Amino acid sequence: MFSALHSNKSLQLVFGLGIGFLFGFLLQKGNVTEYDVIVGQLLFRDFTVVKIMVTAMVTGMIGVHALRSLGLAQLHPKHGSLGMTLVGGLIFGVGFAVLGYCPGTIAAAVGQGKMDACVGGLTGIILGAGLYAHAFPYLSRTILTRGDFGSQTFPEMFRVNPWVIIVPLAVALVGLLYWLERSGL
Amino acid sequence: MLSFLTMTEWSPYAVGIGIGLLSCAAFVLSDKPIGCSTAFARTSGMLEELIRGRSKVLDMAYYRRFVPEIEWEWMLVLGVALGACTSALLSGEFRVEWVPSLWAATFGSEHLPRLVTAFGGGIIMGFGARWAEGCTSGHGISGTMQLAVSGWLAVAAFFAGGSLTAYIKYAPGG
Repeated sequence: MFSALHSNKSLQLVFGLGIGFLFGFLLQKGNVTEYDVIVGQLLFRDFTVVKIMVTAMVTGMIGVHALRSLGLAQLHPKHGSLGMTLVGGLIFGVGFAVLGYCPGTIAAAVGQGKMDACVGGLTGIILGAGLYAHAFPYLSRTILTRGDFGSQTFPEMFRVNPWVIIVPLAVALVGLLYWLERSGL
Repeated sequence: MLSFLTMTEWSPYAVGIGIGLLSCAAFVLSDKPIGCSTAFARTSGMLEELIRGRSKVLDMAYYRRFVPEIEWEWMLVLGVALGACTSALLSGEFRVEWVPSLWAATFGSEHLPRLVTAFGGGIIMGFGARWAEGCTSGHGISGTMQLAVSGWLAVAAFFAGGSLTAYIKYAPGG
């Protein structure tokens, strides 16, 4: 529908910057630029990260699928496999806890003046990503294709209308948030 | 009237709704899910080009897939830093800080140990993010909202690996 808009490269760079600006603004206002908040979540002492992520999931899940039904948006689910998503995800988690920021929140933390994020973390992530680029040919021959499940979504997997999953899932996630608040977390 | 812009903190639910709506805007305006970690891989490729030259870097299978260049997601990550900086300046929270307080309470307030640990953690996370082909944004928010199998599996793995490591790290009462 907006293909002229999507193929305008320089305008897309401006959109990227603008969307990033608002994303960073929200992350900072949400306090997730703080190491203490992120590690606090991993230690189950502070539930700010879960509250933000779950609210964003529910809002985005309803919004994106509604836009898709209206023909205004297309989904882009990522390809995955057990060897790729599960193993890579566990490694990511280890780094996440040691560093105390993720790739998005670290950019925001740098903007807020966090020097551990800027001097230590940022250079580490860039180096780690570069090392991966070198390891990629070996890993793609050995482990990445194990347990491949493609770029499936749950509605495709279970062959149901997306709303059959969205409605109960949204209710369950809102219930989780309600329970967190009721428990004083 | 604009006092909400100078507040130090918004409700996590307001922030979450904002991020959800922003993701919808990204799908409509740019036909892309919000993500951050490929920008770091592209940056790494651009730096490697400075050392080894562009043709050698573009010979690598990985950089043929993720061409080292400034594109939408790279601008997004730059925008994140600028947006957070603006928010922090408006609320007076911008300050140079070397050691987070939770870290200092357990491991002391010296700069070097924290910087070395952040560097090491960054290497592991950068490697893992590219291995999983996504991070807390690309998988954790954008993937889950699309009901992608990869997104839900990744977010479970992120928090499983992360919590286990955090408990080991702060095991002695920290």
